[in-house]
Amino acid sequence: MTTQPLLSVDALSVQFRTREGTVTALQDVSLRVGKGEVLGIVGESGSGKSVTAYTVIGLLGEAGRAVNGAATYDGLALTGAAEKDLRDLRGREISMIFQNPRAALNPIRPVGRQIEDVLLRHAQASRMNVRDKALAMLEKVRIVDPELRYGSYPFELSGGMCQRVMIAMALACDPRLLIADEPTTGLDVTTQKATMDLIRDLTRERHMSVVLITHDLGMAAAYCDRIVVMQKGRVVESASVRDLFVNPTHPYTKKLIAASPGPHSELADLTAVPDELEGAAPPAAPVAPPIPAPAGDDLLEVIDLVKEFPRQDAPGRWPWQKRDPEKAVFRAVDHVSFSLKRGESLGLVGESGCGKSTTSSIITRLLDPTAGDVIFAGENVTSFSAAAFARLPQRRKIQMVFQDPHDSLNPRFTARDCIAEPLRRLLGMSGGREIGARIDELADRVGLPRDLLTRFPHQLSGGQKARVGIARAIAVDPLMLVLDEPTSALDVSVQAVVLQLLDRLKREMGMSYIFVSHDLNVVRLLCERVIVMNRGRIVETGTADEVLNNPREAYTRTLVQAIPHFEPGRL
Amino acid sequence: MARFLRHFRHVMAENPVTAVAFALLGLIVFLALFGPWIAPYDPLATEATKTLRPPTWAHPFGTDHLGRDVFSRVIVATRLDLGIAISAVALSFAAGSALGCSAGFWGGWTDRIIGRLSDTIMAFPLFVLAMGIVSALGNSIENIVYATAIINLPFYARVARAETSVRRNAGYVAAARLCGASDTRILSTQVFPNILPPMMVQVSLNMGWAILNAAGLSFIGLGVRPPDAEWGIMVAEGATYIVSGEWWLALFPGAALMLAVFCFNLLGDGLRDLVDPLRRT
Repeated sequence: MTTQPLLSVDALSVQFRTREGTVTALQDVSLRVGKGEVLGIVGESGSGKSVTAYTVIGLLGEAGRAVNGAATYDGLALTGAAEKDLRDLRGREISMIFQNPRAALNPIRPVGRQIEDVLLRHAQASRMNVRDKALAMLEKVRIVDPELRYGSYPFELSGGMCQRVMIAMALACDPRLLIADEPTTGLDVTTQKATMDLIRDLTRERHMSVVLITHDLGMAAAYCDRIVVMQKGRVVESASVRDLFVNPTHPYTKKLIAASPGPHSELADLTAVPDELEGAAPPAAPVAPPIPAPAGDDLLEVIDLVKEFPRQDAPGRWPWQKRDPEKAVFRAVDHVSFSLKRGESLGLVGESGCGKSTTSSIITRLLDPTAGDVIFAGENVTSFSAAAFARLPQRRKIQMVFQDPHDSLNPRFTARDCIAEPLRRLLGMSGGREIGARIDELADRVGLPRDLLTRFPHQLSGGQKARVGIARAIAVDPLMLVLDEPTSALDVSVQAVVLQLLDRLKREMGMSYIFVSHDLNVVRLLCERVIVMNRGRIVETGTADEVLNNPREAYTRTLVQAIPHFEPGRL
Repeated sequence: MARFLRHFRHVMAENPVTAVAFALLGLIVFLALFGPWIAPYDPLATEATKTLRPPTWAHPFGTDHLGRDVFSRVIVATRLDLGIAISAVALSFAAGSALGCSAGFWGGWTDRIIGRLSDTIMAFPLFVLAMGIVSALGNSIENIVYATAIINLPFYARVARAETSVRRNAGYVAAARLCGASDTRILSTQVFPNILPPMMVQVSLNMGWAILNAAGLSFIGLGVRPPDAEWGIMVAEGATYIVSGEWWLALFPGAALMLAVFCFNLLGDGLRDLVDPLRRT
């Protein structure tokens, strides 16, 4: 590079003191960010991408220490600089956007005030004009009606709006470097696109440099100039976007690229690049070609399902207020009907709040519908209340895999106890040996090493926890499995393996799947048919390829277009 | 078990204060169990020739107005004070977590009734309430236990309610439902074990209060009656002699009381770490 970089990190090593001794989080990390350049740092969890950013900005905390190397910002040494100097630099020259915007904002202060705080701290405004400047910033980040939103508290704003406020705060003092740490995690795809477009536009017009930390290769491809790939605290590859995707040199990069599902990839492609996977993963079974649409009878029929929730803020709670039956309830699921054949996989796709999770909760009979029927294997299961259904023999026929593998495992149960629970409750097994043998068999089936069974959830990795959750769900040989975003909390390479596992299990056990997800690319890999939902209604139904490649409805089209992906051919 | 011991050792090594608190607890429990055999003198034996003697090697804590050995009385009183505190805390822990868990888990009317009930209890000055209960039920040691249990109950109910309502919608609760578990089963096997760590902190703090409360009731003449050895009574009896210079009568039982309360207050964090599986690695 001919010009001097704005930020350069040279052979940086960072260590953390922990209970087990020192852990090296970063090892010889070197990277540079040129003026006006957008650098992507890509890697899976634990790769050290966030630690890099925190070291640069001096937010490492007590336990971490830069043992070697240096970070330089515009000729100024950042490592070893006094806290006071760093404080002046933060916000003024380098600012940062965090992963969870709602948690990063002060919950008891109006958002406008929080922007003012930044401006006043760095003497970018006086008491007289600070309000105008803050309003101007809110307008810049395209918040509708900034005057009104100025006085809002973070909990009154949606996740996307909170992230816009964070961006406004970060850019308020015209810094020259913005570090964005997974800025769109937890946001819907369309919101993600809007947020990223906003960051791109605003930083481009100010000639700012951006460091974008993400686990999503597709997003890095769409918004970065250059990408640094990190693995286990080391930089394994650094190249321009085009070079990286067309000619990846490091095997890890190749594996990551292969594992990211694109609009045309097949399930078998995801793990085409072998690697030392977590634990003792089973040998990837050859994925059979997709079986033609099963001609079986209907396993599940959902007829005119409606679910309404009472609104807390509705008028009519007091006797002197006028009641408005229309406004007193919120209709989460609005006349939804569909059917599922035996052995078929159906994708339920939509953004948060579209009613897909409510629908799946009703189908799994955790929730009672307001109206409508669910016919499962020829029987109307909604004629029993959710509480009564728990004790019926049909209970074991419908099982579920949860979104967050961590949250869905009881922290006080070992993996073995978690899997034993349905065996005891639903199959009435009681012999310790019988249960033990069954658990071992299930562990083998989902590729979980047997010696991990005695561990507690927090001692397992995300992929291993997902396997425990799947083993628990298939323990009782269900006919139908509802998968509620089973891979959204996992790294891409782990996601690839789990998706293949799910596909194999389906073939082996002849189950039907309802796959709930926001990611059409992932749904496409596993499902023959897809239902797109929005605001409680079904927008579009069709085969997965049809919906993804040739959407009929405008809403589906925006959804498909918002998914960041890379197509090497188009770069 | 070996796993637990290893974890125990780690928790102790991590925080010296916890180790001190546990050592103190060990001493207190030891005295409570074996006090009568350790005490050098009979705590009730009076000796008219040796009244109000200051501390000497023969009587390290001196003797009281009836010539009884204060050292022996302080040691023997441990069992009674600890016994009252443990049974009171056990009662309020059991009842409080049952009520609090149901309030947090089911919400609605259950929550409202239990919530208002505990508010009502807390609206009274607690010590006065305990006095009232003891004088209404009758002046006995059991009634001191009941009174202490009742005034501490709302604290457990509140902690249990808050912790349960956070976990009510956790993924593992839904997973247990899918396994066909009933509400009570989910509460007892899934939710309750998970609220133990914060409850343990409450238990430990409460032990201190319970001891103070029992001693306080005895101090004003309720519950334990002379000549039984009990720290509260001993302080009350000794208080009259402080003015005339016989300080050892009130000081040593008071110090024992203070050490016990101090020990339980320090114990909280250590107990929480012990019962929390997340702290195990």
